[in-house]
Amino acid sequence: MPVQYYIFLSIALFCIGVMGVLMRRNAIIIFMCIELMLNAVNLLMVSFSKMWADAGRVDAGSAQLFVFFIMVVAAAEVAVGLAIITMVYRNTHSVDINILNRLKN
Amino acid sequence: MVLSVIALVSALGVVLSKNPVTSVLCLIVTFFTIAGHYIMLNAQFLAVVHIIVYAGAIMVLFLYVMMLMNLNAELEPQKRNWLKYAGAISGGALLVVLVAALRDASMPALSTQATEIGLIQNLGQLLFKQYVVPFEVSSILFLSAMVGAVVIGKKD
Repeated sequence: MPVQYYIFLSIALFCIGVMGVLMRRNAIIIFMCIELMLNAVNLLMVSFSKMWADAGRVDAGSAQLFVFFIMVVAAAEVAVGLAIITMVYRNTHSVDINILNRLKN
Repeated sequence: MVLSVIALVSALGVVLSKNPVTSVLCLIVTFFTIAGHYIMLNAQFLAVVHIIVYAGAIMVLFLYVMMLMNLNAELEPQKRNWLKYAGAISGGALLVVLVAALRDASMPALSTQATEIGLIQNLGQLLFKQYVVPFEVSSILFLSAMVGAVVIGKKD
């Protein structure tokens, strides 16, 4: 199975995530689309790790550790981001991101 | 192949469904299919961690916040139509550009034989020998994220 297959799958997942960020106004769904994009990159990195391992490189595990660190950062990001969304909802009773226009004035 | 089709369909379901809870469930299905891909790529440890962290922790957090807010489908704010089309077109254009750029790239085929690289023994050796400093830094990051989440979420 060629590596391109995984590259194209990751590209498709990433573009679906981009579309979701651009199309939706619900802050939680935008957050979920960001998670989707992170996962597309993770999948790409794991497939490249397999490619390097097939090529006989001993340090191919580094890519999988990078994926591990991306998961760590994503978990921290979700914790803080959901706290912010909860705070916004408590103050405005809406998760519409357009309401954050008010931060301008 | 079947896994990828399920992944793409449920990823589209995340974007297109009106009800936020349906989006969360579709995203969980996507994460499970991605974990299946990890297993096929001999990254067993990452597959297990992926299921535990994403499907087990992050999506439960999303569902919990959603139930806390009592979101309904009719509450969902709708964007103007031309903005939706513009978003879909620009996402599709990105897809077309990336695919066209990488279509002719020559990449080696992945062999079907198993590699030992994704086992927890090898990854643990690598993590605690070569990457021990990033590991400690990520623990500090976690601590600060925890403190930040509590401080932001605190009622004042």
